[in-house]
Amino acid sequence: MNTMAKPIDRRKAHIRLRVNGEEVEVSFAPYKTLLEVLREDLDLTGTKHGCELGECGACAVLVDGQPLLSCLKLALECDGCSIETIEGLAEGPELHPLQAAFSDHGGSQCGYCTPGVLMTAKGLLDAEPNPSRERIKEALAGNLCRCTGYQQIVDSVEDAARVINEQRAKA
Amino acid sequence: MSSAKKFDVIGHARRRVDGRAKVTGQLRYADDLTLPRMLHAKLLRSPHPHALIEAIDIARARSHPGVQLVLTGRDFPVPFGIMPVSQDEYPLAPEHVRYVGDPVAAVIAQDEQAASEALKLIEVTYRALPTIATPEEALAHPETRIHDYGESGNIHRNQAFEFGDVEEALAQSDHVFEDVFFFEGSTHMPMEQHAALAASEGDGRFTLWSSTQNPHYLQRQLARVLQLPAAHIRVIACDNGGGFGGKCDPANHEMVVSKAALMLGRPVKICLTREEVFYLHRGRHPVLMKFRTGVTRDGKLTGMHLQTLLDGGGYGSHGPASTFYTGVLTPLTYELPRFKFEACRVFTNKPACGPKRGHGTPQPRFGQEVQLDKIAERLKLDPADLRLNMVTKANSLTASWLKIGSNGLAECIRQVVEGSGWRQKHGKLPEGRGVGIACSSYMCGAGVSIYWNKMPHSGVALTLDRSGQVTVFCGATEVGQGSDDVLAAIVAETLGISTKEVRCVTGDTGITPVDLGSYSSRVTIMMGNAALQAAGRARDMLVTAAAEQLEVLPASIVLSRGRVFAAGDAAKSMSFAEAVVYAETKFGTLGTVGSYTPPKPPGKFKAAGVGPSPAYSFSACVVEVEVDEHTGWINVPKVWIAHDIGRALNPLLARGQVIGGVYMGLGEALMEEQVFRRLPPKLSDALVHKIPSLLEYKSITSLDMPEVEVILVEDPDPNCPFGAKEVGQGPLLPVMPAVANAIFDAVGVRIDEVPITPEKVLRALQLKREGKNPRVGPERFPDVHYAEPVFVLPPGEGGDGNETKDHYKQAVNKVAERAVS
Repeated sequence: MNTMAKPIDRRKAHIRLRVNGEEVEVSFAPYKTLLEVLREDLDLTGTKHGCELGECGACAVLVDGQPLLSCLKLALECDGCSIETIEGLAEGPELHPLQAAFSDHGGSQCGYCTPGVLMTAKGLLDAEPNPSRERIKEALAGNLCRCTGYQQIVDSVEDAARVINEQRAKA
Repeated sequence: MSSAKKFDVIGHARRRVDGRAKVTGQLRYADDLTLPRMLHAKLLRSPHPHALIEAIDIARARSHPGVQLVLTGRDFPVPFGIMPVSQDEYPLAPEHVRYVGDPVAAVIAQDEQAASEALKLIEVTYRALPTIATPEEALAHPETRIHDYGESGNIHRNQAFEFGDVEEALAQSDHVFEDVFFFEGSTHMPMEQHAALAASEGDGRFTLWSSTQNPHYLQRQLARVLQLPAAHIRVIACDNGGGFGGKCDPANHEMVVSKAALMLGRPVKICLTREEVFYLHRGRHPVLMKFRTGVTRDGKLTGMHLQTLLDGGGYGSHGPASTFYTGVLTPLTYELPRFKFEACRVFTNKPACGPKRGHGTPQPRFGQEVQLDKIAERLKLDPADLRLNMVTKANSLTASWLKIGSNGLAECIRQVVEGSGWRQKHGKLPEGRGVGIACSSYMCGAGVSIYWNKMPHSGVALTLDRSGQVTVFCGATEVGQGSDDVLAAIVAETLGISTKEVRCVTGDTGITPVDLGSYSSRVTIMMGNAALQAAGRARDMLVTAAAEQLEVLPASIVLSRGRVFAAGDAAKSMSFAEAVVYAETKFGTLGTVGSYTPPKPPGKFKAAGVGPSPAYSFSACVVEVEVDEHTGWINVPKVWIAHDIGRALNPLLARGQVIGGVYMGLGEALMEEQVFRRLPPKLSDALVHKIPSLLEYKSITSLDMPEVEVILVEDPDPNCPFGAKEVGQGPLLPVMPAVANAIFDAVGVRIDEVPITPEKVLRALQLKREGKNPRVGPERFPDVHYAEPVFVLPPGEGGDGNETKDHYKQAVNKVAERAVS
């Protein structure tokens, strides 16, 4: 045991981010990934990890609107970026149409892959409001889900696209 | 579905009660938890598949900045294991490591980085031992034992049972089919890596939050390892990010953080890396199988002799149960007058195998269903009709003394044949395309607990208060399957309220009644029956109080949609909350309990407790495939599956379980394999996991997954709550053989092993072109010295469920007498 040794000084990096619309500053060890900074330094544990090697998609977030695996991105590279995570998807108490559709169509079982899937799907629908079923499957091919067999995920995204388009038409 | 209309909640597709937390990122999985002053743990794992530890030097690691504690095997003198008969693991190996990845030391430090750095400073001196890589090697090399217990040498378990004279039955059959099959091992791959957080409460008490499917068994094993009263240990099962059986065993890391938290008086957390999850494993056993099956010329089974050989890996785990399960459920689907099975599990120097979705039964089901396809082909019978003509009956006993209750298998076959267009497709699609059919059955909960006792398997407590609040407590564990939703639905339906009005408190040994855990597809049936009893008792109190107040007979009181009222008299009505107030006034503080104990197994022979269940689910599946004869590539455009669920409590979730089962089954059929390789001798000759990563361990993605048409067959089972049977495991089972059978229909080759890779298909097609037997699969079954079987007469032959002690001696004497006369 080494209680008298000098304290470990790791929080040498400091950046500013826009996270779910809020300006934040954060200090952290420079080797940390965006995933680790979100979860450990900003307490945003909604973003999950399944491999920390870029293989499973659980940690997907939107960086400047683009889906990105946060486990492969150093947080240091994100200075000044705008990050969207699962915590920012709902507007107040209202679920985002994707969240509502996942609830209604069984798109989420254990729920562990869900934040990554939802953020990837949001990235898709923001860029392509009318994706085909095949296109949805293609966009989500990097998000592994062990529970659903994907069918109800694809159903959910299809339905959410419909709802979002209807809302846009009304507005 | 007219029957569903009688219910307010049951049978209606609903958002699951925990759904909102899942889609908003608010659900707290184990690794999402942090506590003030929390420390982090990391494990050092063996780089050798088989070795003795000669020395461990932890001095440098202990003095590394930020390190608080280093633990080794010396700190854990007591072994553990999920089953009482194989307590063969230590939290940290004290002297003997048995696979690459076996934990030998732990560092607890200020952060993960410091812990990881310190791991590299621990110096372990190993003396390498000969490595057992395969079951064949385990049988051939009894010396250099991996464990010093078991049957003998490296044989862990030998089990043999014979129900009626099978040799006689085979001798009198028109045909006897003999086939050898192999089912490769695979792993659960839950998306959540296992994590655990322990916090001391002082006075030798602590709480452990963990990704575990079985908090109750974990509590018992922690008490054993730490030598503490179980009552001082509170295990909270966090919502699991998938389990599939992979979080059933108590695990090394859970013991380590608990011990460290007690020693340091500070919270300690660990989260395994994905690579470590592959080492912890406890997944599907690789099983080699030999079937000798007798049939009449019109396609009825006469008898079956099944032999299995399981590759158990380095530890016992659930192995004794897994070994039984490679035999015991086989007779559930078709009339089988006589049945013999011999099973053997061996130790090898690989991560331990254990329970994975279907536990021990997908392997023999694969062999049985592919062999039936061969039988149909030979007898020139339609494979669907062959099956339909011999399905087991409802309310019957199998030759092996399993009591079947409701049985929707025939209906499943009919519906899946109809839905898939089987009659227009089988044998009629163009070359390269085909369809295959297969069936299966699974338990609705193991009839006997993992440790012997006569207590309930599930307990539920329910409280109501004057606010109208209903809280239900149960030790059952949410692993994603919807266990909380089942609990809320049953309570809500019984009390006439919506699921939103029911708060579920589950999986916490400190405050919830014991439920044995999320395994063996037991939760809906066992927790459900306990909940039904608890809610029924609460309903009785509400009815009594409301009837008194409304001045009507209790029998006329109806609870529905948040109202309590007299049937046929709209004026006599009150809200649910008002009824609770009257009940609390009349009875005092309101609380009820319910519990469930499964019926006694009908068999009385030794080990008759493995296989019996309160009910069995049945499934039938048709898979369509397209095979590219140039590349061997297999495309699955569509799957039809009918599942006899008894009743779907929430059809949305039930369908999700079925599709998820098909998904996992397709993965096992086509690509998933937990396989090993030896490093080149110049490196170390070690036996290492070939692919401990999610990229290389191939699983089905959204692009590979076909559309699945789900048919839920609802024939309520009287032993089950609202008639609901299991759906979490059964639908996986028929998928693998249906794929193999479809490939035969498409291109005329037999692949008698999974996974069925393009390479194997190409090899078989080459054999076909050369005019040879177009089959790829194991060539032979090794010589296994099985135990003398326990002989039990089947119910149809006058048996009473007991073992016939001297059957084999008497049989030998009879033969001798005949020879003399």
